[in-house]
Amino acid sequence: MVVSTYSENKTAGNSSNNMGVNKELKKKSVYHTKDLNLWYGTDHALKNINLEINEREVTAIIGPSGCGKSTFIKTLNRMVELIPVVKISGDILYRERSILDKSYKVEDLRTNVGMVFQKPNPFPKSIYENIAYGPKIHGIRNKKVLDEIVEKSLRGAAIWDEVKDRLNENAYGLSGGQQQRLCIARCLAIEPDVILMDEPTSALDPISTLKVEQLVQELKKDYSIIIVTHNMQQAARISDKTAFFLNGEVIEFDDTNKIFSTPSDQRTEDYITGRFG
Amino acid sequence: MKYVDTTQVQKKMSSRLLTNRIAKTLFLLATLFGLLVLVVLIYRVFSQSLGWIDFDFLNNRLSTNPERAGIKGAIMGTMWLMLVVAPVTLILGVGTAIYLEEYAKKGRLQAFIQMNISNLAGVPSIVFGILGLTIFVRGLNLGAVVLAGGFTMALLVLPVVVVASQEAIRAVPQFLREASYGMGATKWQTIKNVVLPAAIPGILTGVILALSRAIGETAPLVVIGIPAFIIPLPDGLLDKFTVMPLQIYYWTIDSALVDEYANLAAATIVVLLLVLFIMNSIAVLIRNKFQRRF
Repeated sequence: MVVSTYSENKTAGNSSNNMGVNKELKKKSVYHTKDLNLWYGTDHALKNINLEINEREVTAIIGPSGCGKSTFIKTLNRMVELIPVVKISGDILYRERSILDKSYKVEDLRTNVGMVFQKPNPFPKSIYENIAYGPKIHGIRNKKVLDEIVEKSLRGAAIWDEVKDRLNENAYGLSGGQQQRLCIARCLAIEPDVILMDEPTSALDPISTLKVEQLVQELKKDYSIIIVTHNMQQAARISDKTAFFLNGEVIEFDDTNKIFSTPSDQRTEDYITGRFG
Repeated sequence: MKYVDTTQVQKKMSSRLLTNRIAKTLFLLATLFGLLVLVVLIYRVFSQSLGWIDFDFLNNRLSTNPERAGIKGAIMGTMWLMLVVAPVTLILGVGTAIYLEEYAKKGRLQAFIQMNISNLAGVPSIVFGILGLTIFVRGLNLGAVVLAGGFTMALLVLPVVVVASQEAIRAVPQFLREASYGMGATKWQTIKNVVLPAAIPGILTGVILALSRAIGETAPLVVIGIPAFIIPLPDGLLDKFTVMPLQIYYWTIDSALVDEYANLAAATIVVLLLVLFIMNSIAVLIRNKFQRRF
């Protein structure tokens, strides 16, 4: 049912990015889920998820509403635990270490794994304070260091030129698309290893969406990105791997090119050709 | 065939419209009644206090002679009382609210505590007076001093502050907390840096409204034994004191003996109303200034 295609890719080397075969071989996995099951009360939301997610790639999670894709991505940084009735079984390895282990502190995990949410959610503070928030909670007080982090993060999220003259203005004065890139910058400020994006463009207009998509392409050079999207064209445009979720199961997980050209499961084909969902 | 008969509809139209107007008039009368009572009250108070409020009235100590009597002692007593009530309710009230909203697991215990806080808000103030008398005045042997009165009042208004703070904390959108947790912040860092700054206007509004209730309360202080006549001004937490509403109360009963005492009571009411009006305005201002930035 659920097959990780990781080993096949290593030999095939025909992933959508243009890296050579040698580099492809060295690609390490950043996340590895083993028989992951999750329940909301009695509702079985994730069923036997076995995925291996590579570093420095964009992995897209697609599927119809309610298929568990948001739940899955929120499990990867244990954000799902904010809901009190959640029960999890199986295991999730992040960089070979189980994140469900009691000794793994969520604060530690979330410092390595940043998250960008569906709706832009800047703090009602200045642009500067939004970016400096993460470094500050991790104990950085030096104003000069903070200044540098703020500039670097805003540049990283391709929004520096738009906001550099108004860093002390409230972030709520920005447009929706700018707010979302600000949130991405805020996420970069903690210098994460992985960035989780939960439908980051669903609340944005087409031009802002394009900017975020271009940004994702840039970011994948330095970060591993897992992105949930409702938009199949978006998955096809920006991801290297795609996982298709349906009713809490992974139906197919493969190179994005393959999923969108020759899917091996009928249900995947039905979904991407728009026959349901 | 049509279900709606046009002639029937026409026939009933005028009676429907009449009922409509009667309803409107009734509700208007209900509103006017309250307004009328308020106007009469304010007119009576102001007309009686006319000519009695001046600098001497505000600056003189208490006296049996109505011409020389002033409420400086009562004003200072009220201020000292607030100096105790404000920090105690703020710390205990906001602390309780944070615990209940952010830390406590939503279960039976939490529901039980919640229900009791709501019930506490409905306990008559005189009962709090008895509590204060038992614990602070006699139990801790403080006597009828500022500290004892302040603690008693703080307990009385605590439920109001807890509930208002809880509502303010609950109104902080979950996505702001998620943003903070998502960057590896601890719960306390999230509360301190995100939740409280966003909830502060609501909390302050609640605290100010609670304080203005404490300023007007009389019964608990009568019970803990504030003397009817006290000339020295309080200048410490362990001094005996009186407050404006108590002074109003005693002058009103004694106005049977000396007519002018009624005027003194009215003048004190005006001063008290003015203080309450200013405090409530500040609460409204805070609420409007910080309303819904998300």
